[in-house]
Amino acid sequence: MEPGIPKHNMMEALYNPMVPRPYLVSRTRRELRDTLTLFLEPADHQQPFRNAPGQFNMLYIFGVGEVPVSISGDAERTNTLVHTVRAVGAVTEAMCKLKRGDLVGVRGPFGSQWHAEKVTGKDLVIVAGGIGLAPLRPVLYQVQKHRSEYGQVFLLYGARSPEELLYRKEVEQWKKRFDMNVEVTVDRASTDWQGHVGVVTTLISQARFDPVNTTAMLCGPEVMMRFAVMELQKRGVGAENIFVSMERNMKCAIGFCGRCQFGPTFICKDGPILCYDRISNWFGTREV
Amino acid sequence: MGPKRRDEAIVYDEINSIDDLPIGWTDEQDGGTYRLKKRSDEAFFGYAVGPHSWKKFLHPPVLRLWKAERKEKGFQILPEEQQTAKFAFIGVRSCELHAIAIQDKVFLDGKYVDPNYQTRRQEIFVVALNCSQAGGTCFCVSMNTGPKATSGYDLALTEVIEDSRHYFVTDVGSERGDELLQDLAVHQNATSEEQVKAESVVERTAAQMGRYLDTNDIKGLLYRNYNHPRWNDVAERCLSCANCTMVCPTCFCTTVEDTTDLTGLHAERWRKWDSCFTLDFSYIHGGSVRSTVYSRYRQWMTHKLATWIDQFGTSGCVGCGRCITWCPVGIDITEETRAIRETELKGK
Amino acid sequence: MADLERSLAGTSFCEGMQPFHISLLARGAGERAFQAGQFVFHEGDEANSLYILLKGHVSLEVSTPARGAIVFQTIGAGDALGLSWLFPPFRWHFDARAIEPTQTIVLDAGRLRAQIEEDHDFGYELLIRIASVMVTRLQATRLQMTDMYGAGDS
Repeated sequence: MEPGIPKHNMMEALYNPMVPRPYLVSRTRRELRDTLTLFLEPADHQQPFRNAPGQFNMLYIFGVGEVPVSISGDAERTNTLVHTVRAVGAVTEAMCKLKRGDLVGVRGPFGSQWHAEKVTGKDLVIVAGGIGLAPLRPVLYQVQKHRSEYGQVFLLYGARSPEELLYRKEVEQWKKRFDMNVEVTVDRASTDWQGHVGVVTTLISQARFDPVNTTAMLCGPEVMMRFAVMELQKRGVGAENIFVSMERNMKCAIGFCGRCQFGPTFICKDGPILCYDRISNWFGTREV
Repeated sequence: MGPKRRDEAIVYDEINSIDDLPIGWTDEQDGGTYRLKKRSDEAFFGYAVGPHSWKKFLHPPVLRLWKAERKEKGFQILPEEQQTAKFAFIGVRSCELHAIAIQDKVFLDGKYVDPNYQTRRQEIFVVALNCSQAGGTCFCVSMNTGPKATSGYDLALTEVIEDSRHYFVTDVGSERGDELLQDLAVHQNATSEEQVKAESVVERTAAQMGRYLDTNDIKGLLYRNYNHPRWNDVAERCLSCANCTMVCPTCFCTTVEDTTDLTGLHAERWRKWDSCFTLDFSYIHGGSVRSTVYSRYRQWMTHKLATWIDQFGTSGCVGCGRCITWCPVGIDITEETRAIRETELKGK
Repeated sequence: MADLERSLAGTSFCEGMQPFHISLLARGAGERAFQAGQFVFHEGDEANSLYILLKGHVSLEVSTPARGAIVFQTIGAGDALGLSWLFPPFRWHFDARAIEPTQTIVLDAGRLRAQIEEDHDFGYELLIRIASVMVTRLQATRLQMTDMYGAGDS
């Protein structure tokens, strides 16, 4: 039973998955030039918002439109919803202009989960590219809270340039932890940058994880994920232990509009987190 | 709701008496071709299926999902009045019964239920019709969806026309159907001879199929051939006009539109039929995932015949032939499948 | 066979190669032509061949969901196409597509890998040329990456 999603019944006044609930922006944080994090609290009810790492909400700007945005905060803090949004279209541009007290409609949570709790005892290799770190942050929080249950934990994070590294201060804090291996790389940089330069997949070959006992979680541009999968498989990580977060056009988020299909999977309900084993026939096929 | 002649086609619309039916008419169908012709007899149902399917009633093309008003702290959703009209569908073919069952799986059997579909669906009274002739593009036999209706109806009619008699052998499919039949003055138990006549009508139809689709390992076949050169071939012909998705009785894809008035205080959300053949359908920031006609035709056909099976447990195709008839360039899903099967790519 | 050897000998890839090494290359080689727009290979397919282009133009592409296919390099007549056959998992990393009618000599990769093992002199001649192709492409790629025509950093 997914958290926070009661099975629909005919008393739709109680819950209709196509109807947004009003939330208010309690604060915002400018992350990058075009990226804003919203902290949302319910405007009209006090129920906790139960969700799990990997899931997403449909965020609605009244009268403008609705887009899927991954939840990027701590899943256990159920009275505040955290979403990191990048301005790439009309709705997200409007979202990146929101201020404290503004209104946002929320539908959700939807989608599958990273399920870190199912892979205790394993080494974890988390590979993030660009804004792909946002949907992975909740699982990083979860793992840090239950750190002793896992083997080695690697975060391999790549972005286009130092100016585009997301959650930079937080990542630097994690880098200081003795119980995490954090490597950050950029595609190109000025001489001010003291870290790695090179595409993020190059970090995989250097990470000393045990391939046979590793679960990998990937989120970022699809090309990056394809090459990361190749690198992981070269090292011997099995396809059934690699999880990717996919993205497609979405309108309903409940499996009815048909737009988010990726081969036989609906990204909104079978995904967005999908096991590579399940989708290998389609992952890497053009225009699927 | 039943068949009616309009705009030189037989469509599904409101009917008030048997005079509204296209008595004495038939259709001639082939790839990209549909013509009505007068029959030499007065058959009530002497035609195959037209451009409409019953999904226009159960899964309306345009539907408002909700209205909302901006409030001081939030907004208030004004729930839509649920559809209260009860439909009776007259003349539902076996392929169409299967199509309704297929859409039931989509809208009623998953984690979420579509309340609009559910309300409309619960209220229908179905009078099925066993086809007395196959359409030029029909292949229900290949898809195991007909021509005989086997379930999902309240009553099922088989029209028998003999030299001096014209009658309907009627099968009862439910208690409601039985009740209605009891109320009718003109009926009696069918003789075994009449039942045999009815069976032979259906058998004759089954032997007249206009097309054939080999469904053997069709899922595996299409899964193995995402890069087959045949997709190039069909992309050169396909206009990406979306007719096939509009006429297909199982296609269900939609779009959602959010609107507001000039004051910005009143908003509405609408749901409308859409098609995987549009560029918008697969748009994510930067562009469309399926930017070529190649990939869009491939998406439609592999969904209909292959991925649908993994998603919902059955094929998405019922063999009604509408997509073949209503394609302006006559692209034939059975021919495309055959071409891929015959020249399958080896190895990957 | 002599035809293929002559064709190979004329390419810039085989320049300076000893005739008996060229003969070795030509053994088990074939010719394959591609129409404009036809894929030579797809990302993810088994990397079974080394192609030497005799005529035409091939683009190396990576496909992205929304931006479509991005061409990051093109390869012309005389040059070698396909490097992934050298190392496991022996799968193509990119798509290759003929931009115009293209004629190639196709060398079987399994055979090449065996020949490299058996005859290290031959292996050296082949690998030094492949290394040269790699270095040239890497240098070019690095320059491409600096976005040197850009109006300023974004």
